[in-house]
Amino acid sequence: MPTPALRVCGLGKLYKIGQLQKYKALRDTLTDAMSAPFRAARTLVKGQPTFVAAAESEFWALKDVSFTVNPGEVIGIIGRNGAGKSTLLKILSRITEPTEGSAEVHGRLGSLLEVGTGFHPELTGRENIFLNGAILGMKKAEIKRKFDDIVAFAEIEKFLDTPVKFYSSGMYVRLAFAVAAHLEPEILLVDEVLAVGDAAFQKKCLGKMSEVAKGGRTIFFVSHNMGAIAELCSRAILLDHGRQINDGPVATVLEHYSRLNNSQGSQIDFTLDPSLPCCILGLRLCNQDGVDSNSFDINDEITIFITYRVSVKLHGLQLTATVARNFIDVIHSFDTDGMDEIPPREPGLYQARLAIPKMFLKGGIYSVRITAGTPDRLIQDFEAALQFEIEELSVNTHMKGYRRDRVGHVILNDVWQSSRLE
Amino acid sequence: MTTLTEESVNVPVFVIRATTGWRFLDLQELWDYRELVYFLTWRDIKVRYKQTVIGAAWAILQPVAMMAVFTLFFGKLAKVPSDGVPYPLFAFAGLLPWQLFSRVISESTNSLITDQRLISRVYFPRIIVPMATTMAAIVDFVVASALMVVMFMYYKITPGMSLLWVPVFVLLMIMTALGVGFWLSALNIEYRDVAYIVPFLNQFWLFLTPIAYPSSMVPAKWRVLYGLNPMTGVVEGLRWALFKTGTGPSPMLAASVTISIGLFLSGIAWFRRRERIFVDMIGSGGR
Repeated sequence: MPTPALRVCGLGKLYKIGQLQKYKALRDTLTDAMSAPFRAARTLVKGQPTFVAAAESEFWALKDVSFTVNPGEVIGIIGRNGAGKSTLLKILSRITEPTEGSAEVHGRLGSLLEVGTGFHPELTGRENIFLNGAILGMKKAEIKRKFDDIVAFAEIEKFLDTPVKFYSSGMYVRLAFAVAAHLEPEILLVDEVLAVGDAAFQKKCLGKMSEVAKGGRTIFFVSHNMGAIAELCSRAILLDHGRQINDGPVATVLEHYSRLNNSQGSQIDFTLDPSLPCCILGLRLCNQDGVDSNSFDINDEITIFITYRVSVKLHGLQLTATVARNFIDVIHSFDTDGMDEIPPREPGLYQARLAIPKMFLKGGIYSVRITAGTPDRLIQDFEAALQFEIEELSVNTHMKGYRRDRVGHVILNDVWQSSRLE
Repeated sequence: MTTLTEESVNVPVFVIRATTGWRFLDLQELWDYRELVYFLTWRDIKVRYKQTVIGAAWAILQPVAMMAVFTLFFGKLAKVPSDGVPYPLFAFAGLLPWQLFSRVISESTNSLITDQRLISRVYFPRIIVPMATTMAAIVDFVVASALMVVMFMYYKITPGMSLLWVPVFVLLMIMTALGVGFWLSALNIEYRDVAYIVPFLNQFWLFLTPIAYPSSMVPAKWRVLYGLNPMTGVVEGLRWALFKTGTGPSPMLAASVTISIGLFLSGIAWFRRRERIFVDMIGSGGR
């Protein structure tokens, strides 16, 4: 067994609400000190303590978190807002101390909790590379050695001697990420850095990160971008209300996370908003037998019914269904995809039907986003309006390429042909 | 949160856990982070001079302007004695350390708040922040000191062997400034009142320090009490080393040195004790 890169044991962080208060005034401390003897006296007289319940003003941002990480693992930390993800990274990067438990870190640990930390707007790109590098823990000689690589990665050669306050936000982010990406610790903590920059640069960042991971480094990755998590990480830890509720292969944990967010049934109704030219009234999921359900077999045809009312004549009205699995969009479809031109819609009540063929989507948890709009206006948008699960009940997928926990999202059955040539 | 052991494979192992109680500086760690001290100091200096029109000249202009005003009002009009030294020189020798001290106390106070983004996102020994503030002030001190040399030549004064004591008093000055800086920066995180007290403290302290007047004006029996202001020892010590006048080694100086060392050590101890909650107190903007 290799030496772990990180061993976390029963980590917990208790916050007192009073502590989270921005600051206390000297006055408060003085009045506290003044009233203390009186409180003590009151206790003495009444014979019972007058403490207020402490539990109300305290909360555990993190509690009983334990895991071991081997060198070279890329781990995603997922969970809803306030689940404790950032607190965990903050403890691991020593920004704040835990209240209980311990974490054993083997090797140098670098954190990228926000790109551009310590950048000074008045300083030039060149100067900020050195300052930021030093803040992130690089030695001057190390920065000098990597300087050209950093500049090339950030694509800012021409603006090297311009104060960064004149940079575009894209250039700023590129430079900041470039410095951080050239940090070479054994363990790297990354928080939401990919939420910035344009698509091309994000792709470059992802590439850089997987390059780092392939170099045998351990990466902790916190992001709301589940696609990035699924792409980069082999393992994920799911946090909820400060507790660790799952730790395992990324696909399994992502599914658990989608289930956590899944509370709707097979049908959802919306109230009519008369101010909108078009209003979705209801969504319904059912199988090929017309039975309402949000749990299907891979051999079921899945039908989504969309009921909507048009109150004024509309040109170019389109409904969009986006089906995502583990937060990655798998299907993006317009109700007008089958038409050569989009017909005008007279006022009235309509029902649209989308049928997803059987043996098309793999086993997994899916969420459906429905929008209505014209090419120049998005009228309604229901993110994760419906959720459903597809199970592998009628097929033994053990030896199949499309088994639920393998990569990929759709099934292509009977598409292979092999014949013996000699 | 520090237990550093070395494993056989030479990978540093670090254990993060809750710590309690008083602790002194982790000198090894500070040494490892020496380049960060350098870069933060460099940033402070660079940024300040980039935003100003006359740049580094401010370092000289400020004490010179003060010296001119002091010479006119205290030296010429009020006829304050100056222990036999030309008054401008006498005042300047006091103003140099005073400018450093006054800058350190006003800038250290807000230093952790100014760098709160840094503190809430990256780990480094927090004490580096007020240290870098002091370092930047020392650079200005050195620049302004050059004028001191020019003034010596102008007044044709040859300093004696006591000049060798100058580094000792400069060290005392730095220690005093650091000590007060540690206290104020740490206190200001918890009690923002400090930021309001400091401007007043700055003026108050100026009058309690022998800048415009010599400490020989203070009745002899009160001098030890007067020496409880550590800046008294710094200023009078420096003047003694430069001009061989005023009070050299004396009970007053001993009082100042004691207080100065006390402030320095207690400042470190307090800072190190309270730094655990800095980030929790600052918060981190919803992150």
